[in-house]
Amino acid sequence: MNLLHFINAFFSDSAHWHGYDGIPTRVGEHIEYTLEALALAAAIGLPVGLITGHTGRGGNALSLIATAGRALPTFGLLVLMTLLLGFGLVNVMIPLVILAVPPILVTTYEAMRSVDPSPVDAARGMGMSEAGVLFQVELPAALPLILSGLRSGAIQIVSTATIAAYVSLGGLGRYIVDGLYQRNYEKVVGGATLVAGLALVTLAVFWALTRFAVSAGVRRSG
Amino acid sequence: MAVDRLSLDIPDRSITVLVGPSGCGKTTTLRMINRMVEPSEGTILLDGQDIQQQPVNTLRRSMGYVIQNAGLFQHRTIVDNIATVPRMLGWGKDKARARARELMERVGLDGALAKRYPYQLSGGQQQRVGVARALAADPPVLLMDEPFSAVDPVVRKGLQDELLRIQAELGKTIVFVTHDIDEAVKLGTMVAVMRTGGHLAQFAPPAELLSDPADAFVEDFLGADRGIRRLSFFPATGLELLTGPIVAVDATAEQVAARDTAGAPYLLVTDQEGRPLGWSEPGELTAGNIRQAELLPYGRPFVAGTDSLRSALDCAVLSPTGWAVAVDAEGRTAGVVSQQTIGEAIRGAHAERRASDRAAERPQAGKDSRVAR
Ligand SMILES: Nc1ncnc2c1ncn2[C@@H]1O[C@H](COP(=O)(O)OP(=O)(O)OP(=O)(O)O)[C@@H](O)[C@H]1O
Ligand SMILES: [Mg+2]
Repeated sequence: MNLLHFINAFFSDSAHWHGYDGIPTRVGEHIEYTLEALALAAAIGLPVGLITGHTGRGGNALSLIATAGRALPTFGLLVLMTLLLGFGLVNVMIPLVILAVPPILVTTYEAMRSVDPSPVDAARGMGMSEAGVLFQVELPAALPLILSGLRSGAIQIVSTATIAAYVSLGGLGRYIVDGLYQRNYEKVVGGATLVAGLALVTLAVFWALTRFAVSAGVRRSG
Repeated sequence: MAVDRLSLDIPDRSITVLVGPSGCGKTTTLRMINRMVEPSEGTILLDGQDIQQQPVNTLRRSMGYVIQNAGLFQHRTIVDNIATVPRMLGWGKDKARARARELMERVGLDGALAKRYPYQLSGGQQQRVGVARALAADPPVLLMDEPFSAVDPVVRKGLQDELLRIQAELGKTIVFVTHDIDEAVKLGTMVAVMRTGGHLAQFAPPAELLSDPADAFVEDFLGADRGIRRLSFFPATGLELLTGPIVAVDATAEQVAARDTAGAPYLLVTDQEGRPLGWSEPGELTAGNIRQAELLPYGRPFVAGTDSLRSALDCAVLSPTGWAVAVDAEGRTAGVVSQQTIGEAIRGAHAERRASDRAAERPQAGKDSRVAR
């Protein structure tokens, strides 16, 4: 029994393509958790990173928080949340968001700090408002790095969202958890393959996003 | 304290250069004018108004600002970079871009570059874009902080000439920071030499700076050859040119013989159009058989109508015969002049300058801004 055989067996079984435990449903759930967690993490990490990066203040506090966030064990947190709050989506979201905020926050901050200071000085000197400086000068220049921070966060969420299955939720973790429990390795390998595939899709999405959103002048000069 | 109790009257519609050693407070002074640095004490008046009275961004939009590395927005095309301030002032996109293209032409940029990004331009071209961007909303005042210091000397000279031309056409009030005294002397209507702490060492027109440095600091800063450099302020138009010792390459024996007595030890041989070819001793010329390869080189000619005594002297020094060749705008020989005659003209010009300095009052500048701290 080799890996490819498991993969082949899993995907060629037509039973795996229908119903509440079918691949489309599980992939859909997984994407849903990922998008929700990413949106929440971005809603926290981006504004804080943009503003601290723009003003240059709070960099130390920020890296402290980020390090603390990285040190928190995601799975432990999930268990703790479940003990405190019972089963539910919130318990999954909190650890996933805490996982993704540090890369987004720190990268955004660093991206803003590493913007060439002379266009910023020129923009201020020609009478651009602070918001104008942030959104029209710094953000477009920092965008490639900011997107790479979001990408790291997204990949981490995609791979970690499997934990949802431990608290009776869906997603691709279902296959892995159930497969392990049932000693059905075909299912485990299939689930893991799908997670890896989804991570690759995430990379592709961010690649396309970068091509679309980042100005050609920044992409090629940096 | 970076700049301490500096008081300066910057004349309208001319170029005022702030020059001084690194760290003397030039940038700080310049940035106080557009309030990028707020003075802890004192006032800056623009057209009699305290600049603190108006909103800071309104003030800045009325002043063009050019910095050392141009500071272009990498994510915007060249036209959109130049159109920045007009867009901030609420112009429509098409109008702002049309204006940007107009300015590209004014600063000598090929229109084909309009859709390019800054990284696709050379340093000199980027700097031109920086100047165009600062001029886009037609501000009366232009602040420039070492705008040409990061480009090579040839490109820098081109940019300086361009700035002088633009200034002549548009009549802006320009405050220009540099640490290069040659640039200051070339560009400045008035030059402020500053020393550490933002103290003013001397504020004078460049010719006066070169002839009468206020103290040892200024003299030292001007460098060793200020006498020679000062000659660039004296035109060569007054030089008495000799047209006698000149023969065309196809001259007849009689013509050569007639030129022999013209009062110069050498004869200048020209081609049929009158362009200089080289010098020869009169006895060595044989009509109809003048060999160009055997002529002595003439170095470099100066343009009689427009060049300065400095160029004339330089040409005479370059020429192995000690005689300079003057040409007209088309390159045809206008006459020749010896080192001795140039030396007399220099002495004469000095005497004349002294006399007129005594007679004339100091130039009346339209006072409009005062920097004090
Ligand atoms: N933001 C700042 N805060 C405090 N001091 C400053 C600041 N910027 C400059 N200085 C100090 O003020 C003094 C004058 O600096 P400034 O930048 O005006 O010099 P400069 O004449 O423009 O020099 P350079 O030719 O090197 O550009 C220097 O001693 C500098 O260290
Ligand atoms: Mg400076």
